Amino acid sequence: MSFTVPLSWYLVLSAIVFSIGVAGVLLRRNALVIFMCIEIMLSGVNLSFIAFSRFLHSMSGQIFFFFVMTVAAAEVAVGLAIILTIFRSRESVDVDEVNLLRG
Amino acid sequence: MFVILAVILVGASLMVVAQRNPVYSALFLILAFLGLAGQFVLLQAQIIAVLQVLVYAGAIMVLFLFVVMLLNVRDRQAPEAKLRWQKLFGLILTIILFGLVAVTVAGEVRLGPQGEFTPQRLAELGNAQVFGKLLFTDFLFLFEATSVLLLVAMIGAMVLARRRPLGASSPPPAASSRAD
Repeated sequence: MSFTVPLSWYLVLSAIVFSIGVAGVLLRRNALVIFMCIEIMLSGVNLSFIAFSRFLHSMSGQIFFFFVMTVAAAEVAVGLAIILTIFRSRESVDVDEVNLLRG
Repeated sequence: MFVILAVILVGASLMVVAQRNPVYSALFLILAFLGLAGQFVLLQAQIIAVLQVLVYAGAIMVLFLFVVMLLNVRDRQAPEAKLRWQKLFGLILTIILFGLVAVTVAGEVRLGPQGEFTPQRLAELGNAQVFGKLLFTDFLFLFEATSVLLLVAMIGAMVLARRRPLGASSPPPAASSRAD
């Protein structure tokens, strides 16, 4: 592998992945799939962290990946518990049906 | 290699959004995470790739699949979308967002001052060693704060997922013999 991939390719790939995640959050109505799409968005950001870490010769990006990953794990645990509670009370995980806060 | 892994990553991410069944979405998400781990190996962040596979593709996705199976959501179509223009506007907004980010990012990127961990130095020190040493010296406080965060999240998840709310009266003795 003599050819090194330039930084901007990684950043564009990261933007593509992030945009797919945003599209999923906006288009889907299943709360579980929305959570997966949030994970995709976090992954896109993580990719640019690691790419910058490589091209800036710094370890801070990788350390930051670790913390993003931990927060994502905590968020998934709490979020899935919330979805479980919503499912128990409404028999559905469709976010359109969770409209208790509508004025 | 970059292109192959990028195609896997983007294709699997698109399938996550496009699949109707959440189980398939979760499986494609695992594929996307594996592609991402390959990218991390290409970027010489081996320990990060290992963490990605273990924590994301392993732990988090098992949690997802478990909840998907637990909920056992029927493949039931909503009668009609309540927001008719949601899909169209969502797509337009996504494309606008991607355009803005891509235009910002695709041009010449001026990098700041370079750090001390050049690829050669990293190769002789070992990625995992440098990562661990930094995590337990410079970032020790953040590491400990993370542990508190995880503890809070764990307690919160257990409280939320309880069947009875916390202040409820204790069940009669006959019923309490059954494990909760």
